[in-house]
Amino acid sequence: MKKIISALLVLTLFCVPFLASCATEFEEDGEIDLSEAVYEVEVDDVSYYAKFRDKNITLNVYNWGEYISDGSEGSVDVIGAFEEISGINVNYTNYATNEDMYTKLANDKVGQEGYSSVYDIIIPSDYMIAKMAEEGMLEELNYDNIPNIKYIDDQYRFEAFDPEGKYSVPYTWGTVGIIYNKVKLEEQGIPVEAVSTWDVFWDERFKGQILMFSNSRDAFAIGLAKLGYSLNTENHDELYEAAKIMRQQKRYVQTYVMDQIFDKMQLEEAWVAPYYAGDAVTMIDANPNLAFAYPTETFNRFIDAICIPKGSRNKEAAEAFINFLCETEVAVANCEYICYSTPHVEAKDIVLDEMEDWHRAIAYPDNETLSRSESFVNLTRDTNDLVVEEWNDIIIGIDENSRFNKALVPVAIIVSLGLIILIILMRIRRAKKLRYY
Amino acid sequence: MNNRKFRMFSIPYLVWMLVFTIIPLALIAFFAFTDRDTGAFTLDNIQYASKYLPVLVKSVWLAAVATVICLVISYPLAYIMSKMKLNHQRTMMMLIMLPMWMNFLLRTYAWMSILETNSGLLNKVITFFGFEPVNVMYTQGAVILGMVYNYIPYMILPLYTIMVKLDGRLIEAAQDLGCNTFNVFRKVIIPLSFPGITSGVTMTFVPAVSTFVISQMLGGPKNSLVGDLIESQFITAYNPNYGSAISLLLMVVVFICMGIFNQFDNEEMEETLK
Repeated sequence: MKKIISALLVLTLFCVPFLASCATEFEEDGEIDLSEAVYEVEVDDVSYYAKFRDKNITLNVYNWGEYISDGSEGSVDVIGAFEEISGINVNYTNYATNEDMYTKLANDKVGQEGYSSVYDIIIPSDYMIAKMAEEGMLEELNYDNIPNIKYIDDQYRFEAFDPEGKYSVPYTWGTVGIIYNKVKLEEQGIPVEAVSTWDVFWDERFKGQILMFSNSRDAFAIGLAKLGYSLNTENHDELYEAAKIMRQQKRYVQTYVMDQIFDKMQLEEAWVAPYYAGDAVTMIDANPNLAFAYPTETFNRFIDAICIPKGSRNKEAAEAFINFLCETEVAVANCEYICYSTPHVEAKDIVLDEMEDWHRAIAYPDNETLSRSESFVNLTRDTNDLVVEEWNDIIIGIDENSRFNKALVPVAIIVSLGLIILIILMRIRRAKKLRYY
Repeated sequence: MNNRKFRMFSIPYLVWMLVFTIIPLALIAFFAFTDRDTGAFTLDNIQYASKYLPVLVKSVWLAAVATVICLVISYPLAYIMSKMKLNHQRTMMMLIMLPMWMNFLLRTYAWMSILETNSGLLNKVITFFGFEPVNVMYTQGAVILGMVYNYIPYMILPLYTIMVKLDGRLIEAAQDLGCNTFNVFRKVIIPLSFPGITSGVTMTFVPAVSTFVISQMLGGPKNSLVGDLIESQFITAYNPNYGSAISLLLMVVVFICMGIFNQFDNEEMEETLK
């Protein structure tokens, strides 16, 4: 018997490398091939970076996953190049959502006011920048240390989330549109026009084939846009109206997801979903059955910008890092890697030259299309509470009528306390009884 | 004297318990009864949480169903296992533990790719044999399946430990005194294995009722459980007070469920003592 077990064990061990090789085959895209990395990056002024050399500085960079060119597949290893040119060590970590990052940084609060972050660089989205700036979680930038700011297009710099451009340097921007499966549409005989409006997410013909955003803010944006309201509305009646149509929408929706839209659309699990233009390009490359459309109504344009959290111990070095990200060559490399649109004027020209027409139409829509876009700003807390609460109720399926009486829980608590006491009393009695045996 | 000396060794765990159990519990209670801005005492949070009572009921129901399924599958398995040859027992044990070597999240993720409607493994097999594809993903069934799969080892292990220690002579004695197989099972095996059932049920039910990963991945937001609700209060709504209130409510409900369950336990124990 023992022999059989050990044979089994050996067999399992043999299987491991085999399985592992399967896994690497599957993930070849994400593999980092260091041998091909290109280190030399041309910068405007090498001496600017040289002054940090031999000071033994470490920068903690906190960024979205896969949001910087990392040297895979012959791309530029941006962080490696920065370390090489400046002698600064970079400690690079990832987050998945703005909220994760916020929660982590908010927990570093020291005393009443002061934030003291272990991070030196973060790249939040627009509304989160507004929120963090408002709460005093960001350092003001010293633009004397960021000469390359001259390359950043002004139209992205002074948006509502940071009107004076005090806290942030735009890194990428993008839009939310509609990604759909054109082959499925043809099979069903549905004209393409159907998917160029948010109404498609309320369309009977797409029942069960719709994916929706699960994030409250992004989901409400679609409802508000369909109704023709501002995505940043503070008018609670408008929000309730949007909540009402989001409730009606629920029966058409297959499920509510965020990042999984990427896999699900590629695997053709659904026909239509809202998604980011930059990712849509990658998805269409992988599955040519997919296509992307801008709705005729308002849609969200987001900007992710680089900030320095309050309490950074190496602010000057962090500004050098920001400056480095604004170097033309670095911006081009990042733009090609991330596939989102760049606010960097020169990088945009270079990237556009190499781009195919369909790609350009998605990533850099014309001004007429862009005029329909709206960026998020931070909502007041009342409104944010309302959006989150309504959204929870919608997806969980609690509507106005079926809400429980508010007195119910206090009553339930008293009843349960009574039950607990009863149980304890019963136990004591029983214990006494047992003693007689 | 000896006893007192040995008591020293419990200090590390007592400290651990204080720092990681008692203090967090006190914090939850504190947050649940205070206002988000002023920190003053309030019952608003608890009242707010009352709205989500249906979700709580649903979570308890799904967890209970999953626990019962676990018990029904595990009980005979544990009994049969305990009667096997020692070598076979070891192999079985390894097979049960094997999935637990892999991360919980990955295991649940794997279920997603099995159950997925169009590209899932399950439906590929089903359609290969010429049947209509089934829609399992994003249903309550999928959530229960995920719970059963993930927590069944926690049911098998305590049951098995009890069954192994079960004295065979007692069964023989019962048979000698004229019990048929059913009565042996009902009057001897079940009461003796009751401590195993209790700890098995506790170890399955409590994590199942508070899960949020399984319901998020396999059930989708439409099948949100109370765990998802608590998570969203902390993460997207930035409202630890509401989150704590719902957590407190959940704890009370779990506490009551377990209390009621333990009453059965006591009664059984008493009956065997008689």
